[in-house]
Parts: sequence; C-alpha cells; structure tokens
Amino acid sequence: MDVINSADPRQRRGFLKRALAVVLGALAGLAPVGAGLMAFLDPLRRREAAAEGMIRVASLEALPEDGVPRKFAVIATHTDAWNKFPAVPIGAVYLRRTGPAAVHALNVTCPHAGCFVEFVSARGGFLCPCHNSTFAVDGKINDSKSPSPRALDELAVEIRNQDEIWVRFQNFRAGTAQKLPVS
Amino acid sequence: MKRLLDWLDHRTGYRRLSHEALYENIPGGARWRYVWGSTLVFCLTVQFITGLFLWMAYSPSSLSAWESVFVIQHEITGGWLLRGIHHFTASVMNVLLVLHLMQVVIDGAYKAPRELNFWFGIVLLNLVLALSLTGYLLPWDQKGFWATRVATNLLSIVPLAGPALQKLVLGGTDYGHHTLTRFFALHAGFLPMALVSLIVAHIWLFRRHGITARTPLRRPDQAFWPDQVLKDAVACLAVMAAVLFLVLRPWLFQTGEELGAELGAPADPSNPYKAARPEWYFLFLFQFLKYFPGQTEIVGAVIIPSLLMGVIFVMPIIGRWERGHRFNVGLLFALLGGVCLLTWLGMRQDRLDPDYQLAVLEANRETARVKLLAKSPTGIPSTGAASLLRTDPLTAGPKIFASHCASCHRYEGHDGTGKALKEAPTASDLKGFASRAWLSGLLDPDRVASAHYFGGNKFKDGKMVKFVKKDVAGFGSEQKVQLGKVIAALSAEAGLKTQQRQEAQDAAAIAEGRKLITSADMRCTECHTFHKQDEDATAPDLTGYGSRDWLISFLGDPGHDRFYGKRNAGMPAYDKEKTFDLGLVADWLRGEWYEPAATR
Repeated sequence: MDVINSADPRQRRGFLKRALAVVLGALAGLAPVGAGLMAFLDPLRRREAAAEGMIRVASLEALPEDGVPRKFAVIATHTDAWNKFPAVPIGAVYLRRTGPAAVHALNVTCPHAGCFVEFVSARGGFLCPCHNSTFAVDGKINDSKSPSPRALDELAVEIRNQDEIWVRFQNFRAGTAQKLPVS
Repeated sequence: MKRLLDWLDHRTGYRRLSHEALYENIPGGARWRYVWGSTLVFCLTVQFITGLFLWMAYSPSSLSAWESVFVIQHEITGGWLLRGIHHFTASVMNVLLVLHLMQVVIDGAYKAPRELNFWFGIVLLNLVLALSLTGYLLPWDQKGFWATRVATNLLSIVPLAGPALQKLVLGGTDYGHHTLTRFFALHAGFLPMALVSLIVAHIWLFRRHGITARTPLRRPDQAFWPDQVLKDAVACLAVMAAVLFLVLRPWLFQTGEELGAELGAPADPSNPYKAARPEWYFLFLFQFLKYFPGQTEIVGAVIIPSLLMGVIFVMPIIGRWERGHRFNVGLLFALLGGVCLLTWLGMRQDRLDPDYQLAVLEANRETARVKLLAKSPTGIPSTGAASLLRTDPLTAGPKIFASHCASCHRYEGHDGTGKALKEAPTASDLKGFASRAWLSGLLDPDRVASAHYFGGNKFKDGKMVKFVKKDVAGFGSEQKVQLGKVIAALSAEAGLKTQQRQEAQDAAAIAEGRKLITSADMRCTECHTFHKQDEDATAPDLTGYGSRDWLISFLGDPGHDRFYGKRNAGMPAYDKEKTFDLGLVADWLRGEWYEPAATR
C-alpha cells in the first residue's frame, strides 16, 4: 500500500482520483444491484393470504360411526403467483367422529418436516412415511422416540345444517414445538 | 492483515495479476475516447446482474411468460425498475457498440496486428444483436410475438437450410412453449456464454497489443489505474444515468405511460397485430425490406446485410491499401447515415399512417384492458392471460360486430371498433339496443324510418313503421304518458345493468306498462307476443326483449317463427356459422363486462 503523504499535493490528487474512481464506479452499479436485490427480497414482504374462513369439506354421513378417521381433500381457490385456480385441492384433513354430531379434524401434514401422514388401522394411529413419526388416533404423539416436535395440528370444526362438516383449514410451520400458522 | 495477504499472494499470485490488470501503460495518457470498451463491459455486467434477478421470476412458456412478466412489472417490489434497467441498457448498448466500432475504425485500431481482435469484436456485435432479438420475444406480448414472427419467417427464406433453420429456432413448425424455451436458453445460456468467452479473448488480445494511442501524443504516459479508470467510471455513471432517465421518463414528463419497459397485451396468434414493429434499433432493417418487392425479399433480408457485414469483416485487409483506411471510415459513415435515414423514414411513415396510429391506439386499449382484467378478483386463469381478452365482451364484442354485423348494422354510426364506414347502413344502429333511449327513438314518428332504425331496408314500409307514423303520431298527451310506461316496461325486459337503479325506482310504472303492452289501446300484441303464447304473432317476441337469452336466440336464428319468421330481411342465422361466441356480442351490446368497483 502506498503511504499517503498529505503534504505532497501530487500524492493527494492521486488518492482523490482513486477514491473518486471507486465511488463513481460503485454508484453506477448501485441501481441494477439495488433493483435486483429489491425484487429478490420481495417474498419476505409478502404474507400468506388470510385463511378463507370455514370451508365445507364433507358430510357427516360420510364418516364411519366407529370413530375411524377418514381423509378428505380441502377444495378452495388457490393463487399461485400469477394464476388463480378456482376450486382445486389446497390440502387435506383427517376427520373422525367423536360423537353423534361431533367431529375432530386434523391437518394431514406432519409437523416434523411436512410429509403427509397416513392412518394405519393395524396400529390404530397415524404414521408419517418420511421419518416414522407416530401419532395416536387423536393426533397426540404416542411414542417418545417420534421425531415430530408436536402433535398433529388440530383444526376448528363446525357442523352446519345437521350434516355439513365445515373446517377452518390452516397450515402450520413445520419443525417447531409451538403451533404457529404459516404466514 | 499483511500476513494474510502475503499468504494469499503466495498461493494465487494475485498481486502480479492485479498489477498487470491495473497498471497497463496508456501512451499519451488517459483519454475520453478510450471509454467505449469499458462502458460496454459495464453494460454487459448490468445485463448479467439484472438478467439473473429477472430469471428468478420469469417463466418461459406460452401460458406463463407474459403472466410472469406481468407479476415482475406490477407486483414484485422494484420489478419495474429491474426490468426497465435491463430493457433500456440493451438499447443503450446498441448505441455504445456503434460508438465503439466507430472509434476503433477511425483510430485505425483494426489494423495489423489487431485484425483478429477486430473480428472478435464483429462477432461480439452480432452476438449482442442476437441477444436483443431473442430478448424481445421473451415477454410474449403482442409486439414481441408479431415482430419475432416476422424475423423468424425471414429466416425461412435463407436458401436450402432456411426452413430447417426456422424449425430449429421455433422448436417446431409453430410458435409456442418450445419457441420460448429455446429463445430463453439462447438468451440466458448459449449467447451469454459465447459472449463471455469471446470478451475474455477480446480483452486479452487488447491487452496483448496495447491501446492504439491517438497520435500525436499530447501528454506523458499514464497508467490505466487510476486515470483511465476514473474516466471510465464517469462514463459508466453517465450510461447508467441515461438508462435511468429512460426508465423514469414517463414520471419525469408525466406522459401517463408506465414506468420502465413496455408490456403490451399477451401474444395471441389468433389476433393479428397491425402495430407490429421491431425494436427501434432494428427498424432500419424493417424499413429496408419495404423496398424489395415479391421474390426479391431475400436480397434485402439476407444478401445485402450479409455482404455489408462481410465488407466490415474484411476492413483490416482493405485497410492495408493506400486509401483503404479512408475507404473504411467513409463506408462506416455512409452505413451509419443509411441506417439513420432508414430509421427516420420508417418512423415518419408510421407517424403519417392513420391506420398504423389506429392500430397503436387499439393495442394500447387492449393492453390497458388486459391489465385491468388480470388485476380483477377472478385473476388470470390457467388458460393464460390471452384468454382474458378473448372472453372479454368489451374487447371481443366490437371485433365480432365489425366483422359479422357491420356490413348492415352500425354501432353509434361506426363499425363497433370506431372505424367509420362509407356505405349507408341497411339495418338499425345497435348502440344502446333495448334501452329506454333506443326504444324511444324507435317509437318516435320522426325517427323510426331513419337510417338509425328501419330506414335502410324493406321494413321502412312495414307495419311497425306505419303504426308509429300514423297511430303514435296521433297520440294525445295521456297516451304519450302511457307510451312512456310501455317503453319503460319493454326496456325492463332486457334487465340492462345501466338501467338497474332507474328501474328499481320506476317499479310501479313498469308494472303498469306491462299491462298496457297487452292492452288493445297500444296494439302491441296485435303482431307481437308478450309473455303469452300466440300462434298468430307475425313480429318478434317481446318476452324478455333485449335480454341475454333473447339476443342469443335472435342472433342464432332471426328467421325463427319466434322472431321475424319468413319476413326476415336477410339477416343470417349465426348459430349455423358457429364462428364466434354469440354471448360475447350479446354481452357487449348489453354493456355487460367487468368494471372494477369505483375506488374512492
């Protein structure tokens, strides 16, 4: 590195030139890099559209009386970047009868890493095919070795007009002990 | 710190490298005329940076290219700026290329031993032009699509290999997904890779031979760093300022255009685009082609441009002769003059061409409309944004009207699209059809036989016209009030959006009018039917008159007994043609199309 001797005007001018060249060059590059970074970081600014409220998923008579869970697709409008798809599956739920007019709903997504769990009747509970997380029929973790940090995510259910099962469908963040909605 | 740098230098030798890169000797000192090469490297870097970021949001398929660019332009933060910089830097780069070429030729920097580097430069020039051409298509808007169609169709006239070449470029015989995947791979992959490797060679050769100093040397030698770098930095900053000026121009001058690069309506191969033009730096070629009639097109499109490129290519050899250098410089200026002249002629012809101006207006209308529809609550369907316009009554209705209805009918005096027609109409003017105003005119003794209604055809001597001219003309003041109620009731059959509020207020009068229609006084049901079967009816059914269903049935078969029957005055039955969606015309005539809720 050259030692800048401010007493020497020639040296000082040289330094000024260097500094100016670097600053002006950086300035010229600022706009493209800045615009690029803004666009790149845009997803951080976006929030998941608020849950659509209750969605009708199935009818009560489609659920077995014996309390065995059944899987149903959740159909709603889905927005993917520029496209809007009316009435497409946006996820799935396991529904289980807990009384003559009472239903329990679980999101099928495993809270560990996001795979879909399956109900295995031989085990009487849910098994995740990815890392073998296991859950009881009510969604609770039933094995201390289960990799999932929390139980399956319960969803709010309403029975309307005696027979319609409506669910507040929501996805939650994977990998955390708390149940936090994806936003 | 010093120890770390020593360690790094020992392993990489970076100090020698950077010393070589920075302390290149410039005979006669730094000069402004040497900045062009550096500005081009700068532009290229800008294109790489902005291009990579654009890549993160772009989707090359005919159902998603326009749509993803729409999101970049209108939804992503800073997307318009990013796209604007990429677009206008491409424009500016073409200007800088010419300046660089001029400087090299004028200063004689193409002569031995620098011929090879000159040739590299010419190849680089062509690569940049190819990048511009491929990039123009990627947004898949009408402008890019139709301009590229022309360019690729010209490719097919290349002797022997033409058709195969065209097929290879398009990824098939038609324009579609594979055209975009191929153009995108060329634009973002092959061409940039070729460009970078050639530029490395170009700069390496440039450094090997050193700068071609302008003689006489006016000042002592200087090193590249910092003197020339400072000048280069100032020039690059000026280039970026020019680009930003172009991006922000609509805002600076409040022109009402969108900021950044233009995005037209989505490409639609079924919707010809009369305003198709190449980007301005190719306009001279477009204009040049106009002078080559019929089969001689190949001369203007391929032979002459190739020959001229060939002459430029051999400039280093020509330059060896005594007057060669002068010839080269002269040729270059002549070419540049020719290009400028052709560009100017092309622009002037467009400016003076009313049809072109109309086409531009229509294109702007469609662009504004599709953006509105894309932002509507229903959004862009999976069939793509082009289908938004195809199924939009406001866009498609006038076009269908112009091609199918306007040979007899008019719409506010024109053909639906705003074009006036010379011939007199032979059927009614359908603007506001079935509205109270339209019906009031029909039942006006002074207007019923005018060209606006029945004046153009045999019905001018028909029963309806006679009835209006005799009976209605003789109505007293009480009957006139009753007629008003009849009109209100008949118009209410249509259920027009524009009259909704008024009709809610006039419910009582409308109910009364309904009764009057069937009354003997008004005589309507002597010929027409109204909510009651009538075997003897000889005139069009008034039940649901002007409603969507009524219009679709009527357009489908006006000669049906429910309508004119045998008395039909030659109007075709359109359900037999099946060439267009009758619902679109019906909706357009009825004023039913999407409008965003008024925001306050």
